[in-house]
Amino acid sequence: MTQGGIEVDLDVERFPVAGFGAAPLLVVDDLHTTFTTPRGPLRAVDGVSFSLGHNETLGIVGESGSGKTVLSRSIMSLLPRADVEQTGSVVFDGREMVGAPAKELRALWGAKIAMVFQDPMAALNPVVRIGRQITESLRLHLDLDRREATAQALSLLGQVGIASPEIRIRSYPHQLSGGMRQRVMIAIALACSPRLLLADEPTTGLDVTVQAQILDLLVEMQAERNMAVILVTHDLGVVATRADRIAVMYAGRIVEIAATERIFGDTAMPYTRALLESTPRISNASHTRLAAIDGRPPDLSVPITGCAFSERCPSATERCGIEAPPLTSARDDPTHLFACWNPLPGALRVRSASKGASS
Amino acid sequence: MARYLLRRFLTLLGILFAISVGAFLLVHLLPGDPTVTILGPNDTAHNRAVLMAQLGLNQPLWHQYLTWMSNVLQGNLGQSFVTHQSVSSALSHAFPIDLELIIMSQVIALVIAIPLALASARRPNGHLDRASTTASFALLALPPFILVVLLVLIFSVHFHVFPGPSSYVPLSQNVVSNLHSLALPAIVLALGSVVIYFRVLRADLIATLQEEFITVARSKGLSDRYIMWRHALRPSSISLLASAGLNISSLVAGAFVVEFLLAIPGLGFELVNSIQQVDYLMVQGIALFVAVVVVVLNFILDFLFSVIDPRIARD
Repeated sequence: MTQGGIEVDLDVERFPVAGFGAAPLLVVDDLHTTFTTPRGPLRAVDGVSFSLGHNETLGIVGESGSGKTVLSRSIMSLLPRADVEQTGSVVFDGREMVGAPAKELRALWGAKIAMVFQDPMAALNPVVRIGRQITESLRLHLDLDRREATAQALSLLGQVGIASPEIRIRSYPHQLSGGMRQRVMIAIALACSPRLLLADEPTTGLDVTVQAQILDLLVEMQAERNMAVILVTHDLGVVATRADRIAVMYAGRIVEIAATERIFGDTAMPYTRALLESTPRISNASHTRLAAIDGRPPDLSVPITGCAFSERCPSATERCGIEAPPLTSARDDPTHLFACWNPLPGALRVRSASKGASS
Repeated sequence: MARYLLRRFLTLLGILFAISVGAFLLVHLLPGDPTVTILGPNDTAHNRAVLMAQLGLNQPLWHQYLTWMSNVLQGNLGQSFVTHQSVSSALSHAFPIDLELIIMSQVIALVIAIPLALASARRPNGHLDRASTTASFALLALPPFILVVLLVLIFSVHFHVFPGPSSYVPLSQNVVSNLHSLALPAIVLALGSVVIYFRVLRADLIATLQEEFITVARSKGLSDRYIMWRHALRPSSISLLASAGLNISSLVAGAFVVEFLLAIPGLGFELVNSIQQVDYLMVQGIALFVAVVVVVLNFILDFLFSVIDPRIARD
């Protein structure tokens, strides 16, 4: 299919978008992000492919160091170009982002694709008033004059639930609470009504009680604005009720991706299950010991043979250490992909099973 | 805020007291005898003693200090032993020249240092960065008294771009000629400051550019130039301001040397002449005045910290 003059070879089997219309908003294909380090190349994102529909919410879940933050920045092409090598393709709304000239990217950034960052204290400029941090992208992308932009910023602050915006617009970030700062960050990201919002651990630095408020605000804003969201988190609980689909990342790769209810109900990857088990639950008796995953994520600067999780995996076989499992879809659900030789109960789930894995 | 200012003001008074004692004692440690300057070397011992008594110089030092201080506090800095010109009139003639010279030099320094640091910090270890860092090292090795000779040789003697020594034109006479006559000394002073400001600002900018809020600014689609000027410069200016404060005293010292060498009738020129003539009240007056100016400037700079960074509490 052709979009905006760029040939997009869309393989429906590899990029299933369940029920979100024909043309996806975002198609990521075999994306690699490699950092040049003194110890050699570090493959932070190692061949990630997925697609995202308009209006869809995709949760990207993984441990620290799994590459999820780098992935979200790679999707935007936001990483500094020195010391970073990016290959593969990210097609946003028909436009190729990887290798696009800086000027083209800047026209998309803030206007069509925006990001909410993890730590709102670090993400807001400490010496610039809240107001200008919101209005500057409005003035740049929407060509508003100072008065219009200020009026728009006041309305945005109101929408994200900041009380007395006309006072707060003159505040500096340190004069706000953590939750308010993240609301301001969201207002900044939403300023130009982007089509895609990337939220990178948007609640990690916040109080537990504030976390839910901020997440609900994101969901609410998405519903109002006809916008796709990629919600990056280490916490499955965060995405459980808010994402349409969940992608689980491990060692720079997506190891399982499926509709949210399938991730929770028909987990295929042992790693996904381990993540689920290490999430605290209300239904557990208090002081229940949390299951932790033994070992550490692999060193990404060393080339990995076989499945990256094999060393920590309870169901690993000899094959897992030798041959990397490809992403294959479940027999009963073509949109449920996982990379595992020994998926959890019912190998039946594997549709296009390789010889060794079907037994 | 009021408490902060009050506390600062009390500190200021303490510093000024210490400076007045220092200026007074230093002057009296100077070798030489004012009566020799006034009466010449061949007068009688009796006449000298009479003059000493008239000038109050036969009193004990603490008494002389108190007399001087009580006069100073009433706004009377006394008058020159030699020319009988009042010290305050000498100050009012000479100080504007120093002020102009220092302001000119700082404007030149910032106009060079800020854009250079911004451009260098964007690509650390790039061509521009290496060139300017190397050049700043070279300049660092050149004190003003060498630089002034060098620049006079090149620009006045050889190329006739700027006038040479003893060619100061007062501001009241002709503005353009005045600026022209102060251009070379201002450049000499500026070069010393440029080195400091460039290096300090460049280092802070490189650190600031690693901050998350810079990535956020980029994610808004803002241009690099806008990000450098509007997001990176201000949070990187704290050390610049601090170094400007530390630089003030060496700047004043540099201005005095340059004035003396180029015969510009500023405070430095006056001070050196007064020292040579053992003109106690003149030297004390100038030293005290300069110290007050430096302290007050630092006081103002201190206040500017909280203007640049609103997080710096004022209480």
